Amino acid sequence: MKRALLGAAVAGAVLLPFLPLALWAFSQRWFYPQLLPEQWGLRAWRYVLGTAGPQMTEALVQSVLVAAAVAVLSVAGGIPAGRLLGLYHFRGKDLLSIVLMLPIIVPPLCVAMGLHLWLLRLEMTATFAGVVLVHLSACLPYAVFVMWGVFSNYNLDFEDQARSLGASALDVVGRVMLPLIFPGIVVAALFAFLLSWSQYLSTLIIGGGKIITLPILLFALMGSGDRPVAAAVSIVFVIPALAALAVSARYLGSRRVLGVW
Amino acid sequence: MTRPVGHSTTARTRPLMRPAAVWLLAPALAVVVLLFGGGLALGLVQGLGYLPAAGMSALTLEHFHRVLSDPDFFKSLAFTLYLALASTLVAVAISVAAALALNRLAGRSRLIQFIFQIPLTVPHLVIAVAVVFMLAPSGLLARGLHHLGLLPAGSGFPLLVNDPWGVGIMAAYVWKEVPFITLMVLAVLQASGAELLDVGRTLKAGRWQRFRHITLPIIFPSLGAAGLIVFAYMFGAFEIPYLLGQTYPMMLPVWAYKAYSDVDLLARPEGIAAGLVIAAVVAAAVALAQGLVQAARRRGAVL
Repeated sequence: MKRALLGAAVAGAVLLPFLPLALWAFSQRWFYPQLLPEQWGLRAWRYVLGTAGPQMTEALVQSVLVAAAVAVLSVAGGIPAGRLLGLYHFRGKDLLSIVLMLPIIVPPLCVAMGLHLWLLRLEMTATFAGVVLVHLSACLPYAVFVMWGVFSNYNLDFEDQARSLGASALDVVGRVMLPLIFPGIVVAALFAFLLSWSQYLSTLIIGGGKIITLPILLFALMGSGDRPVAAAVSIVFVIPALAALAVSARYLGSRRVLGVW
Repeated sequence: MTRPVGHSTTARTRPLMRPAAVWLLAPALAVVVLLFGGGLALGLVQGLGYLPAAGMSALTLEHFHRVLSDPDFFKSLAFTLYLALASTLVAVAISVAAALALNRLAGRSRLIQFIFQIPLTVPHLVIAVAVVFMLAPSGLLARGLHHLGLLPAGSGFPLLVNDPWGVGIMAAYVWKEVPFITLMVLAVLQASGAELLDVGRTLKAGRWQRFRHITLPIIFPSLGAAGLIVFAYMFGAFEIPYLLGQTYPMMLPVWAYKAYSDVDLLARPEGIAAGLVIAAVVAAAVALAQGLVQAARRRGAVL
């Protein structure tokens, strides 16, 4: 009974903000102070998927590509760093870990502003790679953090056993380490993907309006004051993130990554 | 605070025999030093007035001086501090209650935990839009109150979005950050087990005593770390205050970006200088919090 109440409270608090989004996205006419739309309709969706469809598709693809690239690079940097931090202690470890975690604390705002000048020199502003790099500076530390937690619970004996049975270094990595840390990899990739997915300001500063991701497009559409359209775009923006969560959900509760939550 | 929660003490790590293995850190360190550090350094240089595009190349403290002597800047700073602190405290309080309830009643329920994770994935922009639709004078809340006859026609609905107290901003942040803090705390609670609480009960410790002297010390490190991360984020983030904030005083990140993107290129170093002040305040807040905790521990406080 108590448990059902708690579940209802959690579900209510979490899902409440989606209610006005859903109502607005399917409303045709909805004047104040009507509680529900006087007329339901698909105008917003016809606009978002029809008139603005090509733009939306392009932004969606751009966002997915940027976030996927950031996730892959973050995990690639996070695995070796996490392995070293989680398994070993060595001189200077505390200082190194503070440096690595600094971007989690320091806001990305001034970093993006500074990087703009540098990427301008390298002619990388308004490019895909430039946006990926600025996102990476904010997202990679989270992947390091996750993999650090994963390797803190990692048992090196498995690798020693494989090696004593004649496994090559490549075998040890590919057939022992990667399968063991796979749940952690999924969680780290999810973190990096979601963080990159919702970046707005750094994309705007470095992308200079040339790299149009979904948040950039949504901001532009918000400015028009068209509530049904803003609601529909918001829903389009949320669905891939929710899908990413759903896909990785079975790894989130996994004992091996519990420590990082 | 820079360690994953609940483990990774040196007791379980081995000494590093091959110093060359430190190279494993190279990719991550390169990204942080070059991109993050480089960005900050170049920001600093520009904040000091190096702006080749506008033909300025002499270094000067003038921009920092102009930012710090602007009375509007201090109004923004105070407003930002208030809102980030208040939102963090509200979020921390709700999170502790939620973590305790979840641990007691739904520790094993995958469904409740899945629902709880949803806000983590929702972009800040989307929750900002939802808060506008919910709390604005013509939002769902006002419509609902009107419908129930609690808001007679003509009487004004209080301003909860773009308002002087930042209610809308706080609502959006609390919704977004509570799951993050709760899950950090919950992980520790679930790992700690119930034995200590049973001992407390046998020793006739009351509910509050058990919370204060057993639960709180267990969850404090991760609660503090999560709170600091959330505070730092709120202090430096742009989207939510931009959409839900009032025009005066603005939150600092909005102030900084407005100056940075001003058509007048000469305002750009001021925006960057303001951005660096934000970074400095956040760094100072984190150091202060760490110092306070350590001082309290030295005086024997159980934290």
